[in-house]
Amino acid sequence: MVIQAEGVYKHFGATHALADVSIKLHEGEIHGLVGENGAGKSTLINVLSGVFPPDAGNLLIDGRPVSFQTPRQALETGIGSVHQELAICPHITVAENIFMGHSDVIGWGPVNFRHISREAEILLSAFHAGINPRAKAGELSIAQQQVVEIVKALSCNCKVLILDEPTSSLTSSEAESLFDLVRRLRASGIAILYVSHRMSEIFGLCDRVTILRDGHHIDTLVVSEVDRQTVINRMVGRTLSNMYPHKREEKGGVLLEVRGLMRKGRYHDVSFTLHKGEILGLSGLVGSGRTELARGICGIDRVDAGEVYLAGKKLPIRRFRDAIDQGLVYLPEDRKIGGLFLGLNIQANISAASLRQVMRGLFINRRIEKERAASFARTLNIKYGSLVQLLRELSGGNQQKTMVAKWLSTNPRVIIMDEPTRGIDVGAKAEIYILIDRLAKEGIGIVIISSELPEIIGMCDRVIVMYEGECRGTVDGERINEASIMTLASGHA
Amino acid sequence: MHEPAEKEESQRMATDLKNEQREGGVEAPAATTYGVRGGLWQSIRGMRSGPLILVIVAMIVIFWSISPFFGTAENLSTTALGFAINGIVVIGMVLTLISGGVDLSVGSVLALVGIVTARFIVLGVSHPIAIVIGLVAGLFCGLVNGLLIGKVGLNPLITTLGMMGIARGASFVITLGTSISLYNQLSAGMIYFGSGAIFGVPVIVIAFVLIVAVGDVLFRRSGAARKVFYLGSNEKAAILSGLNVGRLKIGVYLFSGLLSAVAGILTICRFLVATPLAGNGLELTAISASVIGGASLNGGEGSAFGSALGILMLALIRNILILKNVSVYWQDLIAGIILIGAVLIDHMSHQRRTQ
Repeated sequence: MVIQAEGVYKHFGATHALADVSIKLHEGEIHGLVGENGAGKSTLINVLSGVFPPDAGNLLIDGRPVSFQTPRQALETGIGSVHQELAICPHITVAENIFMGHSDVIGWGPVNFRHISREAEILLSAFHAGINPRAKAGELSIAQQQVVEIVKALSCNCKVLILDEPTSSLTSSEAESLFDLVRRLRASGIAILYVSHRMSEIFGLCDRVTILRDGHHIDTLVVSEVDRQTVINRMVGRTLSNMYPHKREEKGGVLLEVRGLMRKGRYHDVSFTLHKGEILGLSGLVGSGRTELARGICGIDRVDAGEVYLAGKKLPIRRFRDAIDQGLVYLPEDRKIGGLFLGLNIQANISAASLRQVMRGLFINRRIEKERAASFARTLNIKYGSLVQLLRELSGGNQQKTMVAKWLSTNPRVIIMDEPTRGIDVGAKAEIYILIDRLAKEGIGIVIISSELPEIIGMCDRVIVMYEGECRGTVDGERINEASIMTLASGHA
Repeated sequence: MHEPAEKEESQRMATDLKNEQREGGVEAPAATTYGVRGGLWQSIRGMRSGPLILVIVAMIVIFWSISPFFGTAENLSTTALGFAINGIVVIGMVLTLISGGVDLSVGSVLALVGIVTARFIVLGVSHPIAIVIGLVAGLFCGLVNGLLIGKVGLNPLITTLGMMGIARGASFVITLGTSISLYNQLSAGMIYFGSGAIFGVPVIVIAFVLIVAVGDVLFRRSGAARKVFYLGSNEKAAILSGLNVGRLKIGVYLFSGLLSAVAGILTICRFLVATPLAGNGLELTAISASVIGGASLNGGEGSAFGSALGILMLALIRNILILKNVSVYWQDLIAGIILIGAVLIDHMSHQRRTQ
C-alpha cells in the first residue's frame, strides 16, 4: 500500500501550519520527517492519521483519493499512529489498552478478557519487553507504555505506522530495541513515517527523509546520499556553525558542595562539588535518579540524609524557597507542566519567582515588571510580539528562554537545568547553549541534566554519571566521550 | 486496502506474524487467575472494595453490640428501604464519574420524574403509560445533558448544575410548590412496588440489589461500559483509538437519567406522594458513596458494587445515630468526616504504592 499526501494545506486562524505539502510513503520504507518546532510535522501527522481533515489537498492510497474525518477511519484504512504524548489509559489493563479500538473484540456486549489477554500476550511477545498484559498500563515504565502503543497500532493490521518522536523518553538500550523492531516492521512491508529531532536516528534508521520548514515541504532526500549538515541546514534554512560554544575557562572556587545526600529508594550517598563558572553534567539513563537528586538538592522533595553547602554555608534543605533565596535554582525538565504558566503572559512568567522585586507595597508594579521583563527578553533574545502575550503562543525555544529568564531574575549563583533543550529545535538549541556558556563565564555554577549525550559531551567541563541512584563515576577533560559515559551509565564499570 | 485480495493478504501476514511468534516458543499461559477476569469474590479482592467490606462488617458488629435494636429485622428492613432508592441513583452517578464527568441533576430529575408521573396518574392516564412518560422525562433530561456534554462539549459540572436547577424548578412550576397526593390513586401493582415484600424483603430493596448486581457485571464485563472506563481514564486515547466519545457520553447521561427516573417512580410508589423537594441533596450523597466505593473524580475508576457498599455504609451510620438518639445535625458532619477519611486512606495507599 502506498500512501500519499498531495498539496495539503491546513491553517489554524491566521497561521498556515501546512502549505502545499506533499509526501509519499512506499511499502517497506522508513521515511524520516524532520523540521524545527512549528514546521508542521505534527499537523501533517494529524492529517494523515485522521485527527483532523486538511483544508485543501488530497490523501491518496494506492492512487485512490480517501478522506478521513476521524482517527477511526484512518485506522480502518490501515494507518496506525503513535503520538508523541502517549495515549495510554492508565487505569486499564495493557490488554484492554491494546484492543480498545477493536469493535469486533470489545463491542457493546460481553468482553472475553481471557481471549484479549492471550492475544495481547502473543502480540507483546515479539517485543521482549516483559510486559504482563493484565497489568494496569499506568504501572508500566514510559518505555513499556510506548511498546504498548506500538503494539496497539500494529494490532489493527496497519500497513502504515506513524511514529512521532518515539525515543524522546526512552533510554538508549530501549531505543535500540525499538530500532530493531522498526526495521523488522519494514522487512514485513510496513511503511513507517518516523518523526524525530535526532539526526543520529534519521541517519541510522531511515531510507528517505522529508524536510519541512514553516509549513512548507522543503525537500525529500535519500538518506544515503546526503550528510547530516545538509539536512540540518535545509531544516533551519541557514548554516549553523559550531553548536557548542563552551570553552573551558579558569575554574573558580567551590560554589556548591553536596555531601552524602540520600533519599530512600531514589538515590544514596551522593557527594560532589561544583565550582564557580563550571558546567557540570549529570548523566545517566532515565530513571537513574538524576531529576530526583536535583530536586532533593534544592529542597523540592524531602531528603533522608545528607547536607548541601552553598559557597561554604550550609543550606537548610527544607523548602525550595530557602534554596532560591540562597541563589540555588532548578529549571524542571517539563517546562509546560513544571516550569511555566502557559496561560499567563511573558512578563508575569518572568517575575513569577521574584515577585518581591516587582512588588511595591501590596501590589505588583506593572511598569517595573514590564521593564524588567523587557530587559531580560533583550539579553536572552526572546522573540515575542508583546510582553503581555500569553506564553502558550510562543515557540518551544522562546518558552525555554522565558523559563531561564524567570530564574535568572532571582539572581542565582547555581542553576540546575533539567533537560534544557528538550523538544526545542536546532536553532533554539544553539542559542540556549550560547546562553549557558555566557552564564558560566559570568561565574554562575551550572548543572545540566540531559539524556542527550552530544549535549553533555559538547557542553560540560565535567560529567557525573549516575546509575540506579548512585554516582558511578566522574569523567572530565578528554575522557568525556560517549563510550566512557555509557559504560558508567549502564552499570558495567 | 479496499481490495478484498489485499485485505486477505494483510490478514494472512498478520496471522503469519502471530504464528511465527507462537512458534518462537512464547505460549500464553493457559490459566490466568489474576486481573481482569473473575467473579464477585475477585472483584472484592482485586478492587478496592475489600477493606470497605471489612469496615462495614466491623461497623455492623459494633453497632449491634451497642444497640440491640440495630439487628432486628424491622430496623434492617427500614434502613434498607431508606438507602435502596438512593442506591439506584448512585449506580447512575458512578458511571458518570467513571466517564470523567459528573451528574449533579440526579436528585432533581428524581423529583421531576415523580411529579410528572404523579401528575399524569392524577389526570387519569393509565399507570403503565404514566410510568413510561416518567421514564421518558428522565431519559430526556439525560439526553439533554448528554448532548450538551458529548456533542457540544460543555463542562459536565456546569451542564448538570444547570439541569439540576431546571428539573427542580420545573417540579415547582408544575406543582406550584405543593405536593401531589397519590393516596387511593395508585394501582395495587404500584403499591406493591412501593411497599410490598418478598419473603420479608421489600421489593424496592430487591430492585436495588438487582440493579447493583446487573450493573456490576455490566460495568466489569460489557464492552459498552468498558469503553466508558477508557474514556474516563484517558479521553484522548479513546478518541485516537477510534471510539465515538460523544456517543459514549450521551449513553452515560442517558443511563444516569434513566436510573434517576426509576428511583423517582419508586419514590412515589413508596410514599404515595410526589413532592418537588424529593431527592434534595441526593447528588452529593451519591458522589460521596461512589468515592467511598472507589470512584475517582478524575475518571477511569469506580465500580457499581463499591458504590453500593458506599451508600450502605453511609446509611448504617445514619441509622445508628438515629438509634442512639444523636441529633440529626450530627449526621452530615459525620458523613463528611467519613468521606474525607475514605479519600485520605485511598490517597495514602496510592502514595505508598507509587513509592
